[in-house]
Order: sequence, then structure tokens, then C-alpha cells
Amino acid sequence: MYLSRRAKILLASLTFGTLSFIYIPLFVVALNSFNPSRSFSWPPQSLSTVWWGRLTESNGVLPAIASSIKVGLGATAIALILGTCIAFAVSRYSFYGKNTLSLLVIFPIALPGIITGIALNTTFHTFLDPLNKQLALWTVVVGHATFCIVVVYNNVLARLRRLGQSLEEASQDLGANIFQTFRYITFPLVRSALVAGGLLAFALSFDEIVVTTFTAGPGTETLPQWIFNNLFRPNQAPIVNVVATMLIVLFIFPVWLSQRISQDGSAGGRL
Amino acid sequence: MRNNRINTWLYRHKGARAALLLALPVLWLAVAYLGSLAVMLISSLWSVDSFTGNTVHSFSFTNFHTLLTQKVYGTIAIRSITVAVAVTIIDGLLAIPIALFISKVLKPKFRSVVIALVLVPLWASYLVKTYAWRSMFSDGGVISWALKPFGIHGPGFGLTATTITLAYLWLPYMILPIYAGLDRLPNTLLEASSDLGASARTTFTSIILPIIYPAIIAGSIFTFSLSLGDYIVVKIVGGTTQLVANVIADNVGTAGNLPFAAAMALLPIATILGYLFVVRRSGALENF
Repeated sequence: MYLSRRAKILLASLTFGTLSFIYIPLFVVALNSFNPSRSFSWPPQSLSTVWWGRLTESNGVLPAIASSIKVGLGATAIALILGTCIAFAVSRYSFYGKNTLSLLVIFPIALPGIITGIALNTTFHTFLDPLNKQLALWTVVVGHATFCIVVVYNNVLARLRRLGQSLEEASQDLGANIFQTFRYITFPLVRSALVAGGLLAFALSFDEIVVTTFTAGPGTETLPQWIFNNLFRPNQAPIVNVVATMLIVLFIFPVWLSQRISQDGSAGGRL
Repeated sequence: MRNNRINTWLYRHKGARAALLLALPVLWLAVAYLGSLAVMLISSLWSVDSFTGNTVHSFSFTNFHTLLTQKVYGTIAIRSITVAVAVTIIDGLLAIPIALFISKVLKPKFRSVVIALVLVPLWASYLVKTYAWRSMFSDGGVISWALKPFGIHGPGFGLTATTITLAYLWLPYMILPIYAGLDRLPNTLLEASSDLGASARTTFTSIILPIIYPAIIAGSIFTFSLSLGDYIVVKIVGGTTQLVANVIADNVGTAGNLPFAAAMALLPIATILGYLFVVRRSGALENF
């Protein structure tokens, strides 16, 4: 299309404006974590790392990080198994309800978290109350696994579609049985897709708050819940800034890594 | 030997292999997850004993009667849908120029860099991004500081802050489908349009827009339904604003009235399904 110089400059400046809109708030948080003042009057009068030094003091951050990691690992493990199973079934077999199943996988992430959250909450209460059991950490793992399945599924499915089946057929023609073929041929080929999907599932779980809120038992606090509970407390605000900045940096890394590994989809299966 | 027998049996029975793969996932998603959604739908007909606080498992339409007769819920519903529509329009207006610039103006070698710049924040923590806007809108925050020289007060926490923050959060979900749609649109088509004498404006309105329309709809499904279901943002930057999702959340949390929350949850579900039904004809859903 022929675009005049003026139109190109206009588009470029709109793009620049939107990218600033995307990044400025993140920079503000990062800068505020070095703001020694408790009230964050903008702009900061001076910079210091005083709040970063207080990170490990007992304020509940470390236990919250620990529960988040536990939940993330549990949910990722379940999502890896279930997501891979569905991806293999959908790409290699034809069965009744295949389209419904591939839609059903997307459901938990397409529906608002609050819906999945209260649906699981109601079910947990319906079944656990009669047993005198309470919500706990494992109920959070169940909730997270449900919406993490889709990212593993998307990554593995994309890989399996790209690979085709000829290598596996060749392996079986040469006398390898099903298990050997999986172990020596299929698994090494999908391994990096599993790593990418697993990383994204972990990141998704680590960041989740809505489903967590409705499936967590009393006394269970993940890192996002800790942030949410503390960001209204003026005393804790400086530490919240430090944790938030840490999360911005930490999140970019696994996502960047999984993009490098998988190269199957641009959004890493989140879209 | 045993291993071999299982192997031969599996090799011969394709159906059994598929069934083994599917058993666990179907149990989890179709039975546990769909079952939970069904329990939630049914529970909207239950009620809570106001004296003991226990759930009464008998059916009545009390919750729906309350929702339909009390005016405040209608107001909240209209406000929530207005916010979701506003967020969708803002995101559309921001996303089209940036997608157009990346796919049609930028040289290919810079494209992946700028796309990465758009994508990376998509994965930055949702809560951190929302929190970031709290520092933007707060009293003495960046926005009021930036507007001070002009003698304008910042909007503070409220409906405006909620709408802007939601638009910020879901923007990448709008940019990506539109970018993908534009990327598939061959440049020769646009050149042909120019050669035949169309101005850039005519090319945009009669060639580009109709072709990326399904992509815009696909993006709008995300921005619309994510906005409608969100209660964290409105709690953090919304001040005292009430939207459907935080009424639901409050009924689960403080009020402890799960059945009423379930009844209220039907509103976003019905609205989102209705929206999907309306846009189904645009072909946007085929990309999923």
C-alpha cells in the first residue's frame, strides 16, 4: 500500500505512544522499589536499596513464595500428563466428541476465573463438607491444573502436527515396539515442547489469583494473594513494590526461554 | 515377555490406545470440571439459611427474584457491560494502528522485536500490572503529577481508572489477532488498490477493515469477556465502584452466600455466550 510519509510518521508515533503506555507503569513500579519514602510521592526524591534489603524479613513473603512454588509444580505436573494425553489423542486418533474435547480444554481459561473459581468452590464444599474436610493447598493445585492443561496441550499439539507420523512408522517398521518407539523417537522429539508448555503452565499458575482465592483453604497464601492482601496496607507498600519488581523481571525470563525453545506459536499457547 | 504381550495387544487395538490416553483427561475435564459448572448452575437455585448460615438444598427462584427486582443489580449489570464495551473499543482503537505499523510499515527484521515488545508484558504478572496502575492513579501518583502543570486533577480511583487499567491488561489480546490477520493480508492487494487510484483512507476502509474484521472480533471476545469477569482490578483501582464480578466475589467471601453468587455468575456467562452467538457468523471463532 502506498502510504504517505505523513501517514507513516503518524502510525509510527501511535505505535510509540502505545508501547509507552504498555511500559511506563512497569517502569514506575520498578523505580518506586528504589524510592526510600514510604508514601511514594512522585517523583522520587532519592534512590536507595533499603527496601530490597528488607525483603527476607519475616513478613510472609517467603512462605507465600514457597506455597506458590508447590502449587505451580503440582499443577504443572498434572497439566503435563493430561495435556500431553489429550494432544496425542487429538492428533493421532479420531474419536467421537473430538471437537467437543478440544473446545472443552480451552473452557477453563476462556471462562472468567471467577466462574471456574466458584464452580470448583461449590463442588469442593459439596463433597468435602460432609467429610468434615476443609479446602487446603491441594484444592488450589486441582484448580490451577484445570486451566494449565490448555497451554501444555497447545504446545504439544502444535509440535505433533508439525512432526507428522512418518518417523514413528519407520521406527515400528524397523521392529521397535510401541514403548521403544515412544522412548527413543517420539519423546525426544516432543521433549522441548513439553519443557516450553511446562514453563508456561508454571508461569500461569504462579501468577493466578482468582481461582486461587476461591479454592484455597484458610491459612493458605500464595504469592499473588500475599501481594493482594498487602497492597492496601500502607506499611507494607514498599515491600510490595520490591516483590512486584522482582516478579516483572522473573516472569520475562521463563517466557522468553519457552519462546526460544518451542518456536511453534507466537503467544506460547496463551491465545 | 509380559511387556511384549501388552505391546502386541495395544498395537492391534487402536481404540484401546485412544481410550487409555483419553480416560484421565476426560475424567478431569468432562466429569470433574463440567460437573462443577453443573453443580454451580444448580446451586443458584439453592439458598442460605439467614439464621444458621447453612446452605439449604431445596429449589427456589428466590435468588433470581432478588436479582431481577432489586434495581441496584440492574444498574451494576449495565455498568459492567458498559465498561467491557468501552475497554473493547479502546483496545481496538489502540491495536489497529500498532498492528498496521508492525505488519505493513516496519521492515521484516524489526517485526519480531516489536512483536516481542508487545508480547512480553502479556506474561508479566497480572497482579503486578494492576498494582502498577494503582501507583499511577494514586493521590500524588504519576498521573496527578503529570497533570498538575495543566491545572487538571487526575481521575483518582474509580470507574475511569478501572476502564483504563482493564484496557491496559487486555491490549495484547487485541493486538495479536489483528497483527496475525494483517500479516496474512498480501501486500499486492494493497498495491493493487493504490494502483487503481484509491487513497490510503479508501484502501483502509474498503480493503483492510473488511479483511481484518474477523480478527478484531476474535480480539474483542477476549477483551470483552475478560473485562466482564474481572474483580481484582476494580478492587485495586476502582475505589468503591461495584461491578458484577466483585458483587459475585463479595457474596462468596464476606457475605458467604454461594447460591446468590452462583445466580449472579449466570449474568456474565449468559452475556459472554450471547456475545459468542452473535459474533459466530463473522467467522472469528474458526481461528480458535
